[in-house]
Amino acid sequence: MNNWLISLDNSVGNFWLQFLIMAVFIIAFVMSSVIMFIWTERRVIARFQARLGPNRAGPFGLFQAIADTVKILTKEDIIPSLADRVLFWTAPAIAFIPTLMIMATIPFMNGFQMVDLNVGVLFISAVSAISAIGIFLSGVAGNNKYSLIGAMREIAQLISFEIPMVLSLASLVIACGSMSLTQIVAAQNVPNIILQPLGFVVFMVAILAEINRTPFDLVEADSELTCGFNTEYSGMKFALLYLTEYSEAVVGAALITTFFLGGWRGPFLPGIMWFVVKMIASFMFILWLRSTLPRLRIDQSMHLAWKGLLPLALVNLFVIALKNVFFPDLSLWISVPVYILVSVLVILLWAGFLRKGRKSLVV
Amino acid sequence: MTLATEQFILNIGPLHPSTHGVFRMRVTMDGETIQDVEPVFGYLHRGLEKLCESHTYKQNIPITDRLDYVSAINNNWPYVMAVEKLAEIQVPLRAEYLRVIMGELQRIASHLLAVGSLMNDMGVFYTAFMYMFREREKIIDLLEMVTGQRLLYNYMRFGGVSMDFPAEFIPALKRFLNIMPSYLDEYDSMMADNEILLSRTKGIGILTPEMAVNSSASGPLLRGSGVKWDLRKDAPYSVYDRFDFDIPTGNNGDCYDRYRVRMEEMRQSIRIINQAIEQLPSGKEKVMVPLRIRPPKGETYSQIEAPRGILGCYIVSDGSTKPYRCHFRAPAFINLTLLQELLIGQKLADAIIIFGSIDLSMGEVDR
Repeated sequence: MNNWLISLDNSVGNFWLQFLIMAVFIIAFVMSSVIMFIWTERRVIARFQARLGPNRAGPFGLFQAIADTVKILTKEDIIPSLADRVLFWTAPAIAFIPTLMIMATIPFMNGFQMVDLNVGVLFISAVSAISAIGIFLSGVAGNNKYSLIGAMREIAQLISFEIPMVLSLASLVIACGSMSLTQIVAAQNVPNIILQPLGFVVFMVAILAEINRTPFDLVEADSELTCGFNTEYSGMKFALLYLTEYSEAVVGAALITTFFLGGWRGPFLPGIMWFVVKMIASFMFILWLRSTLPRLRIDQSMHLAWKGLLPLALVNLFVIALKNVFFPDLSLWISVPVYILVSVLVILLWAGFLRKGRKSLVV
Repeated sequence: MTLATEQFILNIGPLHPSTHGVFRMRVTMDGETIQDVEPVFGYLHRGLEKLCESHTYKQNIPITDRLDYVSAINNNWPYVMAVEKLAEIQVPLRAEYLRVIMGELQRIASHLLAVGSLMNDMGVFYTAFMYMFREREKIIDLLEMVTGQRLLYNYMRFGGVSMDFPAEFIPALKRFLNIMPSYLDEYDSMMADNEILLSRTKGIGILTPEMAVNSSASGPLLRGSGVKWDLRKDAPYSVYDRFDFDIPTGNNGDCYDRYRVRMEEMRQSIRIINQAIEQLPSGKEKVMVPLRIRPPKGETYSQIEAPRGILGCYIVSDGSTKPYRCHFRAPAFINLTLLQELLIGQKLADAIIIFGSIDLSMGEVDR
């Protein structure tokens, strides 16, 4: 496939052909991943919870997502009479499209990528915020107080967690020497998760908040806000928001894979297989968290972002920058253990500090 | 610079995932902070107390099942105790032991549901809930073995209980009691030291002992505040004075303490059941009483320690086959009066947890 695409690249009119192929591929990839992720989530969380999960529709319940889609499509599409109709219609699309835009910059395997932006990291951090605006608008448009609270939480969360996320990406850019995702993957002879464990922790937590997953699912918060931002949605518009939620999870897994797990690189298997395997692994981690952890309160989530993650991200940025300026040729055998040690120490110290602060605050 | 903010009213319930039934709160909010709470009751009102007046004494037993439908056996108890007191019916010793064993099993089942749904309110996506339901299912199987029912057991009778234990019950119960502590440890390993859980529950919804006593709160809510008051120890009814068990109490009166008290009470219930099986005397499970008993004129009150607190039953008899008045002191209803004091000034997310830690069942509140 690789060589074939490269050969396309040399032929006449190749740009639009490649554009078309990649566009179709990305939509197909996201959609099929979403269906598989929904199935995986329901089955895996069921196993975490000592039950079976959906197993009636098709083998192993594989067609459950399709059955749900059919059900949702045939539902009545209700728009509340006091809703802002324009926003109500457009918000799900505003939320969904950016996830596809991010996927356009992800290298699935060597050279198999829609666009190799030289400012890829910047593009991703910018576009991922648009998705949050879509969710905010969908919360506001429905004229429901629950969704309004959810929408406000979404914006608070976006503002807070975007900063540590971008900072951890900045240290990544310093280490890899490029903002292009292809270059970042190419620079990872050793995956970044080993080179920058602290940055990985910060990025992981921040991306969980970005994609509204437990313990940061405050936007949905089903036990508090019934369904949060999408309370008033039904029918296909709800399906689109549901799709957004999962395609954000797909994007989150893809970003973790690309930035920290070495992207498509790996021995034996073809690149795209490695990519998918790493994506599923990071999604499994997200599921594990979801089935174990309670939800944070909104102020605790803000505390974590500003008092916990931001200093850690700054420390990470500082250490990586120092290393790049003063010891650019330091052997991995020295730098990796030292940095892992530093990360663990910093995290433990900082966690202890925060915990101490909390105790004196409470009792 | 201060922004002009506007308060708004949020209706939580009656159909809301975390109102444990059909409770409704009209909450005045300032952003995420609660300024005022107005509880609205009555969505599950079935007129049970009035219904009792038009049924004979025996027909009322299944009605008491419907009070607090997650601890049905404990609801029969104060009613039959009151009628027995009124009609001077002697209960055989074996029946008292059967009542204790079944009542404590029901208490474990009820606490499992309470803690599980508290975890749900906290946002653990049904994991703790499903694990606790796994064990609750085992208890319900045991109860079904004796009574034939799975939710509303209709177990107690005047002068005893409806059924003696079948032969296979005691071995099955012993098997369950052997594994249950390890399951409780499993819950603790999942929840007790979870950092997020601690930060969500510690210091949240603090109920001072004075406040608890003044509002006549009871059950785990009261004991979580550090007041050591349990009718099983302090005013022993049935055969509770024959067992050796502890009353767990909390220190701070916050949601975490209430949760810990419930977890510890389950362990104590296991202790009680173990002792009860050892001491279980032989004999009849009930004495014969006439179908239509006519207690002499008078009134009486009896109370037990139900999973949610002190459950009392007040009966006035006019000498006929039907009670003249039958009133229940529902613990969840009285605990709920604290809601306003606990909730005002808290965040919305905390309010849900505090509400969950009170652990009410609407069947009992609305009656």
